[in-house]
Amino acid sequence: MSELLKNTIRFILFILVQVFILFKMPPLHRFVTPYLYYLFILWLPFNLSRMSITFIGFFFGLSLDYFTKTPGLHAAACTLIAYVRPFVIGLLISQEGADKNYVAPSIVSMGWAPYATYVLVLTLLHHSYLVLLEWMNFGSLVYFLGKVIASTAISLLLILLTELLFFRKQKFRTNTI
Amino acid sequence: MRNVFLFIRRHFNFLFFLVLQIISLSFLFRFNKFHEAAFLNVSTEITGRINERYNNIEYYFQLKKTNESLVQENLRLRQQLKENFEGPDSMRRLIHDTVRADSHSVLKYVIMEAKVVSNTTSQQANYLTIHRGFAQGVRPNMGVTGPQGIVGSVVNVSKNFATVQSVLHYQFRVVAKLKHNNETGTIQWDGQGPLFVTMKNIPRSVKVEKGDTVLTTQISSLFPANLMIGTVAEIVPDNSSNFYTLKVRLATNFGTIEYVYVIDNLQYDEQKMLEDSTRKKIQ
Repeated sequence: MSELLKNTIRFILFILVQVFILFKMPPLHRFVTPYLYYLFILWLPFNLSRMSITFIGFFFGLSLDYFTKTPGLHAAACTLIAYVRPFVIGLLISQEGADKNYVAPSIVSMGWAPYATYVLVLTLLHHSYLVLLEWMNFGSLVYFLGKVIASTAISLLLILLTELLFFRKQKFRTNTI
Repeated sequence: MRNVFLFIRRHFNFLFFLVLQIISLSFLFRFNKFHEAAFLNVSTEITGRINERYNNIEYYFQLKKTNESLVQENLRLRQQLKENFEGPDSMRRLIHDTVRADSHSVLKYVIMEAKVVSNTTSQQANYLTIHRGFAQGVRPNMGVTGPQGIVGSVVNVSKNFATVQSVLHYQFRVVAKLKHNNETGTIQWDGQGPLFVTMKNIPRSVKVEKGDTVLTTQISSLFPANLMIGTVAEIVPDNSSNFYTLKVRLATNFGTIEYVYVIDNLQYDEQKMLEDSTRKKIQ
């Protein structure tokens, strides 16, 4: 399956799962909003240009926004993490050159610890920005901190489950062939 | 000039990122005020269709509860029938004079039923999508009520679908009254879960008890008077002012809502026009 087709299917699946499963669940607490959809951006291939990855992030967030009737909210957060993503990857795997040998970021291509850091940093960034935008017309500092921390925890749990359930096999590519 | 182009070329990615951020933030903040930015009409039509597909399946799992709530509503309405009331004096009979009703009262509210195709309760800004649009006569600023209690107000309309701002939205406000003494206050949502809303501006001199019924008033141009909103669950005295803040348990169960009624106030435009022109005159 080509990368384009694979990612198009992922795009649709992540939006549907977020809208029809995770947003439909009765909330455990008002701080806990399970977000998983932005994992699509974390799983995008290495070889995309920075401009196209930013644009994909924007478009992806906006598609979710049209379901939740909040145009711009998720789009802003997704654009931010899509823009920051190449920097974080550059910092975490600078000397291994894995971005040439593998297709996309994963536990296999980046190693366990760098990948976990990568997920944690982008999750925190995404949630802080999203809740900050919400917080501007709603809530208090306790609300802001509580929601960022609780949602990050639940998102990391969901991402861990997704990584275990849908283990992505990655072929090692060399440029010698 | 050359430097400007060089600057743009060098920082193109960052500038592109900034442009996208500005677009999304302008969508976000303009939308909160006007509810019409960002191609929402087109997108409501598309997302509405997807939601409808999903709802067709989900609907079967809710049938029992939907049926129950409709039976309860029928029961309540049947209880109010004229035939149920009988005077102690069987010689006299109460005759309803239809001539009077026809010549003096004017139809003010028209009610339409609508199917809910999408509904959230976990966000801070919750919306419902209903399967009725401007082709069926829905327009913005119509009240929406469910079998058990009020649900929200219409904010945006496409051809076959309409977006309803739920009571569970941080910007939703409606005037409400306590049933037993007609004291009015404002209902709004505090974001703490889908079961409760708060009612503000009830003077502390008023006697309030837990379990008191909260209804709509005719002051609100969205709803007819005496529609159910909920019951008082907790009374919080605000020590810094002379008002109570009441915690109201909503009558509507937002988790299982399947059918709603859209209320068309036929005199809404007239009332709005008069109020606006008065405001202009005073200024």
